[in-house]
Amino acid sequence: MPSWGRKMWIIILIKLFIMFALLKIFFFSNFLNSKFKNQEDKGEYVLEQLIKPIK
Amino acid sequence: MTEYTDISTVDWSRAQFALTAMFHYIFVPLTLGLSFIIAVMESLWVKTGKEEWKKATKFWMKLFGINFAIGVSTGIILEFEFGTNWSNYSWFVGDIFGAPLAVEGIMAFFMESTFIAIMFFGWEKVSKRFHLTSSWLVFAGANLSALWILVANAWMQNPIGMFFNPDTARNEMVDFWAILLSPTAINKFFHTVLSAYLLSSIFVIGISSWYLLKKRHISIAKKSIIIASIFGFIVSILTVYSGDTSSRDIAKIQPMKFAAMEGLYEGGTNIPLVLTGIITKNKEGIEECEHSIKVPNLLSLLTHLDSDAYIPGIKNVIEGYTSHEGKRFLPIEKRINKGQEAILALKEYKFHKKNKQTEEMNKSLKIFRENYEHFGYGYLNTPQEAIPNISLTFYSFHIMVSLGFLFILIFITSCFLIYKDKIEKYRWILWINIICIPLAYIAIQCGWIVTELGRQPWVIQDLMPTKVAITDIDTSAVQTTFWLFAILFTTLFIAEIRILMTQIKKGPQS
Repeated sequence: MPSWGRKMWIIILIKLFIMFALLKIFFFSNFLNSKFKNQEDKGEYVLEQLIKPIK
Repeated sequence: MTEYTDISTVDWSRAQFALTAMFHYIFVPLTLGLSFIIAVMESLWVKTGKEEWKKATKFWMKLFGINFAIGVSTGIILEFEFGTNWSNYSWFVGDIFGAPLAVEGIMAFFMESTFIAIMFFGWEKVSKRFHLTSSWLVFAGANLSALWILVANAWMQNPIGMFFNPDTARNEMVDFWAILLSPTAINKFFHTVLSAYLLSSIFVIGISSWYLLKKRHISIAKKSIIIASIFGFIVSILTVYSGDTSSRDIAKIQPMKFAAMEGLYEGGTNIPLVLTGIITKNKEGIEECEHSIKVPNLLSLLTHLDSDAYIPGIKNVIEGYTSHEGKRFLPIEKRINKGQEAILALKEYKFHKKNKQTEEMNKSLKIFRENYEHFGYGYLNTPQEAIPNISLTFYSFHIMVSLGFLFILIFITSCFLIYKDKIEKYRWILWINIICIPLAYIAIQCGWIVTELGRQPWVIQDLMPTKVAITDIDTSAVQTTFWLFAILFTTLFIAEIRILMTQIKKGPQS
């Protein structure tokens, strides 16, 4: 493999590690999945968000 | 009265999304267009057997590979952001946004990835024809990926083919074909991919011009300019056409964005086309275009094929107007009232459902359905909130269009000079060709600024404003990831430029 090819593989692997092992796990948890267990509760929460502006 | 999530969270979430999307889109256009140029060059090698075509194919493939490696999966970060920062939006769009993205992931991305592996590592391992087929399939896969993502984006600009389910708070897809074949989706797809091909052609011409200036790899550089300038000229004409049809679609479905693109405050009939101008604030405190160079009647003519046609300005959209087709558009103030009725009806529907009051439930649902097309307006405090950033939209649009026409000149000049075999003599043209590389990236980013900033305050046109789409989270969390991304993206960008420059300096023979 040429040296530029090796560099590319290293960049890809580092990037994927940062994105999936660091950013995704520590900073980007799915908000609804982390707060609610089922679809019904998620829907209920978003519905509350949609109607809350009207007092 | 309305209350919202902290506005700084909205701004930081928007800034983060813009940063990610703009960074991602540095890499996408070259993948879409360069794959075509590579496949054409390889086809010529297979057909003629001339080694120079193979050398050219391998060289451009190397640059394609660097661009692909740095850019790959930067788009996935956008999906992370949907789940974390934009949870209301993600839920609200339901399967409409999810389905095209899933098709993209399963079909197009895997197709592209599989054949990219053959394209790079299969030179001595598979037959010439199989390799060539793989190169063409990389082009097809990349463009299919773009199709599904652009269909999802087009739905946000023109939400059709769905039904809002008040029990789940989600929009459900009822007509897949209406979403896929909506004029907005078709225009968006063609305009986006064609402009990506245009950028790729400029990239190839620019780098080849550098070789001509340095008097290196002259034959391959000239061959590359021939392919790129012919391809570029054809796609630039098609880009103008798709831009024109796209603008007409915007005039119909997003009149406020259209007025912002033109800096048109007060509309009317016989509206001129602004070639260039300066945006200033008027007496009402709203930005509009002044001190402009205009072509009389041309905007009316281009938009409705009638120089007398009526086009609404910002003021008219706010106050209500009757379109050229005779359709009456309500004042924003009225739409805000109707939107609030829809939100209230949804609230009452939920209450009656909980208390099992079927008749009241149905009444609320009827009111909700009648006003659903105004739903998002219910979250606006004033009609002025419906106005996007005029100056950014106007200038971005005019920069994009002006550069587009400059590129047409570049393609014509390059084609002509290559045909006459005189291109090396015009060194200043070669320099302009090189300068056009960053200009092409600026043009393409401006296009997205017009698309996304021009449609504000909407994340889904008329149905969901951006401020309602976001998750109720701490601003500091978004700020932290914003800066993390800024560092990561800058590092990746510097790495790409350095590796690309090194390989360009080495050239095709290395």
